[in-house]
Amino acid sequence: MTPLVLAGLVGASLVGLGLYGLILHPHPLRKLLAFNLIGNGVFLVFGIVARRGAAAGFRFDPVPQAMVITGIVVAFAASALAVAIILRLSAESGRVTLDPEAWTKPNGGDAK
Amino acid sequence: MLLDVFSITAISAGAFFFFAGTVGLLRFPDSLTRLHALTKADNLGLGLVALGLLPRADSALSALKLIVIWALVLLSGASTAQLIGRALRRSRK
Amino acid sequence: MSILPYVDIGLALLVVGIASTTVAARDLFAAVVGYVAYGLLLAFVWIRLYAPDVALTEAAVGSGVTGVLLITAGKRLGALKNAVPDAQPALAFKLLAGALAALVAGALGAAILLLPDPPPSLAPEAAAAADGAGAGLGNPITAVLMSYRSVDTMLEKLVLILAVVGVWSVGSDKAWGSAPAELRQPKATAPMVFLAQTLAPVGVLIAIHIFWTGANAPGGAFQGGALLAAMWMVIMMAQLAKLPRIDAQWLRMALVSGPAVFLIFGLAGELTAGSFFAYPHSLAKPIILFIEAFMVLSIAAALPMLVAGPPSERPDQ
Repeated sequence: MTPLVLAGLVGASLVGLGLYGLILHPHPLRKLLAFNLIGNGVFLVFGIVARRGAAAGFRFDPVPQAMVITGIVVAFAASALAVAIILRLSAESGRVTLDPEAWTKPNGGDAK
Repeated sequence: MLLDVFSITAISAGAFFFFAGTVGLLRFPDSLTRLHALTKADNLGLGLVALGLLPRADSALSALKLIVIWALVLLSGASTAQLIGRALRRSRK
Repeated sequence: MSILPYVDIGLALLVVGIASTTVAARDLFAAVVGYVAYGLLLAFVWIRLYAPDVALTEAAVGSGVTGVLLITAGKRLGALKNAVPDAQPALAFKLLAGALAALVAGALGAAILLLPDPPPSLAPEAAAAADGAGAGLGNPITAVLMSYRSVDTMLEKLVLILAVVGVWSVGSDKAWGSAPAELRQPKATAPMVFLAQTLAPVGVLIAIHIFWTGANAPGGAFQGGALLAAMWMVIMMAQLAKLPRIDAQWLRMALVSGPAVFLIFGLAGELTAGSFFAYPHSLAKPIILFIEAFMVLSIAAALPMLVAGPPSERPDQ
């Protein structure tokens, strides 16, 4: 089993683990963590595609690696935005949840 | 040949210290004692590993970089351990 | 008789194991700590895939700054007094979700085992770009980022700024213009101050080195910018500098300087080198480094602002 296939299978299992956590956890920040796991799994798949594309004298294909670097930074930016929205939502509704029912049963938070 | 033996012994000693630190993390009863075990053993372990890698460095500059890495880990590890210890002491009062 | 295959297998098992504890952990803090450790191990996997630039970015941004973001978020959520968490879902739902996750993972694994052979590659075109517009750059990834796919990189900087604007907009209307909430308690602790005063100068030097050497060796603007951002965050956490007001002019100039300089040179390429985002051949490397310097500034300004969050009202306002 070459390291490439191994890394690809690790990426696939990370996507599966992340999907499981995303669906199951009720806490929004845990969902965000699981979503980041999915993203990392996808990046690993990109990585093995990059390594397999070794040609023209390089040991790797630089284009997928550049995309992964871009992707990691954009994923962080998206996580930061999600965190800000989650914090504001929890502050307004008083409950730490993504359940839309939270707005019909407000629990002490009032609009600032 | 002699350098290889030196590298292997130093890195094995470093690995042993990391192992000892992990055993302390798992077996000590208290957060403060675990913190003590981790910082002391891990800093020493990293120092031995860096020492073992010094003969294998490509140039004097890479050897210097290894030592700088060890110094930086020492610095941040010590400060972080102080902060965690402070937080632990505050939370148990 | 090489030991590397065993290292690879051990690394793979460790990564999947720590990811599982991240998903299955009891509370948020344990999950985030597991995620940071998992990110550092993932950097090892990237090294094994011959991707040192990606490993640097993963360790700095993917695991480091994201960990700070999530721990800060968890602390702020824990501070909400009326927070009541939801109930856990039923067992049948868990089994169904597990089956779906296994199906997706299996499909992806099958696709990986059946990848086309010989593998397609964009490396020849990237090499042509590295010799052409990105002339003189020894690091092919920097050449791809800054000349072959330069529009992508500029748009990514714009995405960072959009995220900052989005995070700022989430704050309440009355607080617009003031500074975000503090990252730590207002009282400075001695170890933190010591760390900031000793680590920050070294960190800034290393960050500039990583950015500068990214032209010919693993490194680059993103990694250097993330390190600079981390040093600024350490200084702010030690209360040696205050969080800036979001309507501060210098902050806004620093944020937009990256994509602005990029765009100016891209438009100038229309006049000097014949097409949008082309660089004149003899000046390519200095221009690329000049643009990257402003990108580093922009990233170093954007990442801490993303972690700090929306502006909050001060009691004295």
